[in-house]
Amino acid sequence: MTKQAPGTIDDEFLALPLQALADAALQTAREGGASYAAFRMERILGTSIRLRDAAVEGVNDTEDVGYSVRVILDGTWGFAADVDRSPEAVVRTARRALDVARVSAPVNTEPVDLTPEPAHQGMWRSAYRIDPWSVPHDDKIALLQAWSRQLLDAPGVDHVDTSFLAVKENKFYADLAGTVTTQQRVRLHPEFDAVTIDPVTGAFETMGTVAPPVGRGWEFLTEPGYDWAGELEQLPGWLVEKLKAPGIEPGRYDLVIDPSNLWLTIHESIGHATELDRALGYEANYAGMSFATPDQLGSLQYGSPLMHITGDRTVDHGLSTVAWDDEGVEGQMFDIVKDGVLVGYQLDRRIASRVGYDRSNGCAFADSPGHVPIQRMANVSLQPVADGPSTEQMIEGVDDGLYIVGDKSWSIDMQRYNFQFTGQRFFRIRGGQIQGQVKDVAYQATTTDFWGSMGVVGGPDTYELGGAFNCGKAQPGQVAPVSHGAPSATFTQVNVLNTAAEGAR
Amino acid sequence: MNPHEIVESALAQCTVDDMTVICQEHSQTNLRWAANTLTTNGVMRSLDVTVIAISGTAAGRAAGVASASVADAADVTAIVERAEAAARSSSPSPDAADLITGGAADDFAEHPDQTSPEVFAQFAPALGDWFGRAGGSEIELFGFAEHDITTTYLGNTAGLRRRHAQPTGRVEVTGKSAGRTRSTWVGRSTRDFQDIEVDDLDAQVRTRLGWAERSLSLDPGRYEVLLPPTAVADLMVYLYWSSAARDAADGRTVFSRAGGGTRIGERLTESPLSLFSDPSYPGMQCSPFAVAHASGSTESVFDNGLPLERTNWIDHGELSALGQTRHSASLTGGALTPMVDNLALEVEGAGASVAELIEHTERGLLLNTLWYIREVDPQTLLLTGLTRDGVYLVEGGEVVGTVNNFRFNESPVDLLSRVIGASATEISLPREWSDFFTRVAMPTLRVADFNMSTVSQAS
Repeated sequence: MTKQAPGTIDDEFLALPLQALADAALQTAREGGASYAAFRMERILGTSIRLRDAAVEGVNDTEDVGYSVRVILDGTWGFAADVDRSPEAVVRTARRALDVARVSAPVNTEPVDLTPEPAHQGMWRSAYRIDPWSVPHDDKIALLQAWSRQLLDAPGVDHVDTSFLAVKENKFYADLAGTVTTQQRVRLHPEFDAVTIDPVTGAFETMGTVAPPVGRGWEFLTEPGYDWAGELEQLPGWLVEKLKAPGIEPGRYDLVIDPSNLWLTIHESIGHATELDRALGYEANYAGMSFATPDQLGSLQYGSPLMHITGDRTVDHGLSTVAWDDEGVEGQMFDIVKDGVLVGYQLDRRIASRVGYDRSNGCAFADSPGHVPIQRMANVSLQPVADGPSTEQMIEGVDDGLYIVGDKSWSIDMQRYNFQFTGQRFFRIRGGQIQGQVKDVAYQATTTDFWGSMGVVGGPDTYELGGAFNCGKAQPGQVAPVSHGAPSATFTQVNVLNTAAEGAR
Repeated sequence: MNPHEIVESALAQCTVDDMTVICQEHSQTNLRWAANTLTTNGVMRSLDVTVIAISGTAAGRAAGVASASVADAADVTAIVERAEAAARSSSPSPDAADLITGGAADDFAEHPDQTSPEVFAQFAPALGDWFGRAGGSEIELFGFAEHDITTTYLGNTAGLRRRHAQPTGRVEVTGKSAGRTRSTWVGRSTRDFQDIEVDDLDAQVRTRLGWAERSLSLDPGRYEVLLPPTAVADLMVYLYWSSAARDAADGRTVFSRAGGGTRIGERLTESPLSLFSDPSYPGMQCSPFAVAHASGSTESVFDNGLPLERTNWIDHGELSALGQTRHSASLTGGALTPMVDNLALEVEGAGASVAELIEHTERGLLLNTLWYIREVDPQTLLLTGLTRDGVYLVEGGEVVGTVNNFRFNESPVDLLSRVIGASATEISLPREWSDFFTRVAMPTLRVADFNMSTVSQAS
């Protein structure tokens, strides 16, 4: 994490009356009897560029500027949000937050208590070089069109869908304890999805780029780092091969899973399962609960002894990385699974206090100025083994299996036991050798069985950061960006389905 | 500024050929609870403007779109300038078309409708009482109540002025027995919370937890199922979202015909069922004109204001329409059938109650809700997902207990061909998709050979 000079945060955000409005809101809350109050003002810029067969389908720019006041009054939460930036409106919003707490008190049977946090003051900007908003749309579109055209011109490619998303997020946070923080983050996600169609049978296949969404700027597309040229060059051939590939014979296989696929399995089966609010039941009506309940902390055998899972809000370019969270807690790194055993949870200040932690590990996040902060995911990652093998060495070690690349379909149950994932490409491994692609593959397992079958974990050279912009949780629904680091890893005797057979009668 | 004044102000600043302005005022209030206590709550208000500037060049007409929350007049000017700059520098839009005309609606200058926590004046105390009763009988309640009003003002430089106020409300409750070993769910959509009877929700939760007192294990396999309206809704909404005519004509969806074209006109099922949308459907009225902030397969920013009316997507078992814009209709040669923000499924002649369907079940599974539904294969629209909060075994015409949850792999299109019975249609609430789509009316469907792929240990 780099502490930056104030000038590196956009002047347009700093020019908003941040401190004056915070003072008005916090004074109103204090005089109204609040034991905790926070004022949060945000500006979120979004750009979406969509191409269809290399022609521009739509370009949308969005800007969301607003603020909220969150209070605890006599042990009950109150929250109100608005967009009117006059001092009178801010005072009115703070009073509404107090009113909401009063109205809600009769249905609150559990007084809210927060873990303590030192007061922080500072400014922070995420690690990116070229602000996407400094690059004219024409230049972005020209590059996206050139790459889309390259795919579309390749033999066998019938259609190409292209999507480019960029977000710039400014947050100002001030609370009664004296914390005042100002932050700016940038993230983007370019995606190219190609379609091939058999004109006679009507059968079709799709394949997308596996380039991850990143906490980087426009340099992700224009500077060395990610091998865009290689991926765009190879994708049409892989796609055409996949359409002609044989369907997988259902059964049990050893799987070598690439980080471009494994990040999502980590997200669903570990990331969400170790959110303490879920484990306590806060999400029982919506996102669900977790099999990894707090009574099993320190004893639950989550997976093989090779398994070391960390949570962090600190890694450079991570989508969940911040300097301070939306309750004023400093970003941290912590263990979740060590030597295969559950040892930690992702926390916010209320739930941390509820189960007896003395400090939150900083996982509170709200996706917009109008939404209440809740516990959201840190960058939850599988650590590589220091002297672990390369992906090629892992493939050589498999006699009868599959090498799975890229994420696609995903689904997991409400307590994070049973999951089913597909992928972009499935290479058949026989006798330690890749023998072409197969198709219609899904792997299905129970979380602890799957992680218990992890026999080999790759070395640091195989480690990559994957992730998503759109992780959903809470009611009203909120989306959060999050990254997951993973090495390649081998899993033994995993149940593999043929999806075409699943859909047939 | 009032929203209609924002629209007029933006249009007055137009310096390009054409302009459409959408201004939406949102007010929202919610309550969320877990384990019989409040967890979060809030009230929220926002005002958003989207400006679609259209600039003509020798090569064609190009749209530039900018959206932002607004607090004052300076914000409006900035959005207009951004949209116009984007339009001037853009290449021609493939979906370019003339603006929709139609004059000014009488209600255009009316203030926005707004909601507030007062909408819960009867519901919140009743909920508090329910927490007390539930706690006394070792039932834990988890849930969410939300009321939202979005008032849309749409205007363009061709003189069109339309206003629509959309109330959207829902309540969802998960009930769990002591130890959280048994679980059930009830949900309702509502326009104003006046029709939400907490006692009725309470009774349904108790009945279903009662059914779950006897639990049995079943293996994966193909079962006859009774899919209740909420589960049917989650499957049909996904089908509806996958019904873009242009994608089908491109050869890349379940509605593509091998060799080219779409499957419109093809019989999907022998069941006399019809899937349709209707902006005036009683109890789930929605916008009678198109509102599009972005162009895509099934919407076009040029179509803003396009009148919407009842459209049959499936007519007595036959695929009769797919989602169209004016642009896609001209490309595919199909009728102009834009998508509408509600969805209903009716089976002709079906008048039975759910109780009667249960009575006439030899052996089958009565599901409660479906969850985590994701597309596995677009070619067949194969979806995967889980049963959630109740799978009840019906034998000899009565519920005999609860069984384990399953992961299913099923296509909502193929499934229609296996419909062998139905109840009357009722207004319901999708479980999975209610963040995006709440206005549905569905029957309970009896479906043969539903593919339960594996067992889930979740309870």
